[in-house]
Amino acid sequence: MSTTTPTAPVPTNKLGLTKQDYVGAKSTLCPGCGHDAITSQIIQAAFEMNLEPHRVAKLSGIGCSSKTPTYFLNQAWGFNSVHGRAAAVCTGVTLANSGLINIIASGDGDSMSIGMGQLVHMIRRNVPVVYIIEDNGVYGLTKGQFSATADVGSTLKHGDVNELPPLDPCTLAMELGCGFVARSFSGNPKQLGVILKAALAYRGTALIDVISPCVTFNNHESSTRSYKNAKDHEMPLQDLGFVPYYDLDEVDIPAGEAREVGLPDGSRLTLRALHEDFDPTDRFAAHKAIFEAHERGEFLTGILHIKTEQKTLHDYMHIMDTSLATLPQAAVKPGPEVLAACMRELM
Amino acid sequence: MLTQPGTSKILEERSFVNDFSIEVATVNGSGSQTANIVLMRTIFQMGVPVTGKNLFPSNIAGLPTWFQIRASHQGYQARKQGVDFMICMNPETAKEDVAKAGPGTVLVYDEPLKLDALRSDLTFCPVPFQKLVSAACPEPKLQKLVKNMVYVGVAAQILGLDMDEVKLAIGKQLGGKQKAIELNQTAVQAGYDWAAAEAPRQDRLRVVRDNKTEGQIIIDGNDACALGAMFAGVTVVAWYPITPSSSAVEALIDYAKVYRKDPVTGKLNVAIIQMEDEIASAGVVVGAGWAGARAMTATSGPGISLMSEFIGLGYFAECPGVFLDVVRMGPSTGLPTRTSQGDTAMCAKASHGDTLHICLYPGNMEECFQFTYQAFDLAERFQTPVFVVSDLDLGMQNWASKPFAYPEAVHDRGKVLDQKALAEIKDWGRYKDPDGDGIPYRTLPGTPGGKGAYFTRGTGHNVYGLYSEKPEDFQYLVDRLKRKFFTAKAFVPKPILSGPGCARGILAYGSSDPAVVEARDILRDEHGKATDYLRVRALPFTDEVIEFIRSHEVVYLVEQNRDAQMAGLLKDFHPELGTRLKPVLHYDSTAIPAQTIVDQINACEQ
Repeated sequence: MSTTTPTAPVPTNKLGLTKQDYVGAKSTLCPGCGHDAITSQIIQAAFEMNLEPHRVAKLSGIGCSSKTPTYFLNQAWGFNSVHGRAAAVCTGVTLANSGLINIIASGDGDSMSIGMGQLVHMIRRNVPVVYIIEDNGVYGLTKGQFSATADVGSTLKHGDVNELPPLDPCTLAMELGCGFVARSFSGNPKQLGVILKAALAYRGTALIDVISPCVTFNNHESSTRSYKNAKDHEMPLQDLGFVPYYDLDEVDIPAGEAREVGLPDGSRLTLRALHEDFDPTDRFAAHKAIFEAHERGEFLTGILHIKTEQKTLHDYMHIMDTSLATLPQAAVKPGPEVLAACMRELM
Repeated sequence: MLTQPGTSKILEERSFVNDFSIEVATVNGSGSQTANIVLMRTIFQMGVPVTGKNLFPSNIAGLPTWFQIRASHQGYQARKQGVDFMICMNPETAKEDVAKAGPGTVLVYDEPLKLDALRSDLTFCPVPFQKLVSAACPEPKLQKLVKNMVYVGVAAQILGLDMDEVKLAIGKQLGGKQKAIELNQTAVQAGYDWAAAEAPRQDRLRVVRDNKTEGQIIIDGNDACALGAMFAGVTVVAWYPITPSSSAVEALIDYAKVYRKDPVTGKLNVAIIQMEDEIASAGVVVGAGWAGARAMTATSGPGISLMSEFIGLGYFAECPGVFLDVVRMGPSTGLPTRTSQGDTAMCAKASHGDTLHICLYPGNMEECFQFTYQAFDLAERFQTPVFVVSDLDLGMQNWASKPFAYPEAVHDRGKVLDQKALAEIKDWGRYKDPDGDGIPYRTLPGTPGGKGAYFTRGTGHNVYGLYSEKPEDFQYLVDRLKRKFFTAKAFVPKPILSGPGCARGILAYGSSDPAVVEARDILRDEHGKATDYLRVRALPFTDEVIEFIRSHEVVYLVEQNRDAQMAGLLKDFHPELGTRLKPVLHYDSTAIPAQTIVDQINACEQ
């Protein structure tokens, strides 16, 4: 008589889906690419947040980072569009169907050079989207040119030194009034996971700059975006915790020890300061802290700025809350009496 | 055999009753537009067919502008060279304006300009505008605005216009603003009364009441396109202001506020968003079309140039969207306030690689309405960008038209699989062609049921939408897209044929139509030349177009561009027809007049 070892049941989320239901195609990026670590955390966060895959629109521009939507959420609709311009596509998607959850995977070249204009205006309109910049300081897909986020003094593999000052997507986003600005590091999956969940619970543009080393073109010793350099200079601001709205009753949040932020879907974000007390609701203080850290050669990670009560694109547009795309003809085609009235006006 | 050109005989003593042109020379920003439209409307209300063309500068205030009104009892609507009644209000251009007037022209002008010293063969009517306007309007701030109304009154007296109709037109134009109406009526009356006593007598130019405009409307093409989009159920509009297309979206915004509000919530059921540039506007259209909206943008040539990358994506990834191009004079910034058909080639093939786009060419106001409406059906049926190629002459000028017929047909949302259809289907592939017409079946993001999600990309893909670098996958894809384009032949508006059936053909499209109609009459009546006429209304070219060219010895292809762009497209598809096509081209930035066509055809046959 043989005995069978009982296998542990595969964990499921509130929708009864397993984590496997949130994966995508196999990655074709270089082995060890930071972007793959980000993809893993997107899958984990989507699973934990019980996202209905069919309600997710995963959008991107062009570049290594923009390939990643293929690697997560197979059952979601994806659109790998044109270089730097996923923001406009996303704006169209969300106007057509406000019920979709939008995720943009972009890169530093895609967002901070060719797509800078669209990024800026997307933030200005507070388009609802989790906008992830997979930031490696280099153009990978064209084989290793500097991007606009490269640090002064960082070198390319063959020795060229970057002399131009870097652009920082986080301080830019704060300047523009973005209500959710975070930075993380692909080598810090725990922190990134919490930030992604909080971003998914947020309403409006949530911008996450993730330092994500390019193992092929920007991982050498004299690069400031190598794994080693990033590990040595990352300065996490907070120990982050995330309590989803459906778990609020079950989790006892210790009072007084951490800052708490309520998110629009009812979830709560807890931020326990690791160094000095950092107030993420004060964007000017955040600016200062980021600049000071930069002077020290460090980069701060965590929730840099959060402000939950903001008007979004849909408020500005004064449009119906439902999906406009699927309204029946009767709702969107005025009757003959309307045309007759318009004609009379013109006679 | 073609007939030889006959000797041109110009009638010395033709009648000018209900058949003449007025030109008003003013400074832009002086409020003359209201006065000019009142003048035009009055003639229209008296039952005489009329068109108005505003030749305006790309400037806000202070530069010369001319408004041309053509009354034509025959109903000719093209721009006519030459002027019979001129109103000179602009000291800067007065000398030139006088110089270009033909002998016998009636010239109304501001007295201090002393234009009667310049020529002796015109009928001069110096008007003391300042004196009249001071009496009619005590408020100095408003005098500049109502000054123009005084010339309306003078013209009304000289041309025999009915003052009741003038007053009606003022009311219409000022839309219920009682104080403004009264002020303007007083100014018109002052001009009218002054002219009764002081203006020179003439009975050559006259408007006599007729009934040819009964039931008609006056509208511009941008307004007509806006109405077409509204009734087509447009749900997402993304735009960036650019002359001469802006008023199309602005009209749509105004209509939407009244007619596209959800009765329960009072919120709009159409999103109209002004983007940061044309690139972003096109991106919104592609994204919204992908997500299932009826999406559009309105722009002009420079905008299409910027949008081209997204247009290529829409074509290749198969996302529906309507692109209204109100063409202005290019290249580059060109002349933003002047008309052209210079985007014909660009719209047909916008973006890099092999692309072919469905284009609709409205030739009048009803077609601006119908074709914009139909463009949404075509875009969704063919899952591709569709162009409505209008131009400044259609889009911004005032045209008399029959009222538009209500489009009864049900919106064609194309091949979209919903949850139920997806549940039944086996082995669906986003880019498969199960019907053999080149048109695949699509699904919309957000469709529940766990089936139908796919990945859209501007990179090479196989029939399942998966990235592919296989040569056979790529070639299959672009060949299918071409097949799909030609399937549209059965769906686009067919050309319109008129003519007795002779060896000489004329082919034209868009806003050249009124000039061709008139030119054919002149060729027949004054030169003894019969012509057949085919008006092309869409790309892909339908078989009728090709058959027309084949069955005529020579076909004059009338276009308002330098390079005979439509001829180029015809030769692309049918190189063998090239030798029959003779270009008749007009590209000086004004709307094409009939005489240009007559002269070029005569020159060809000399």
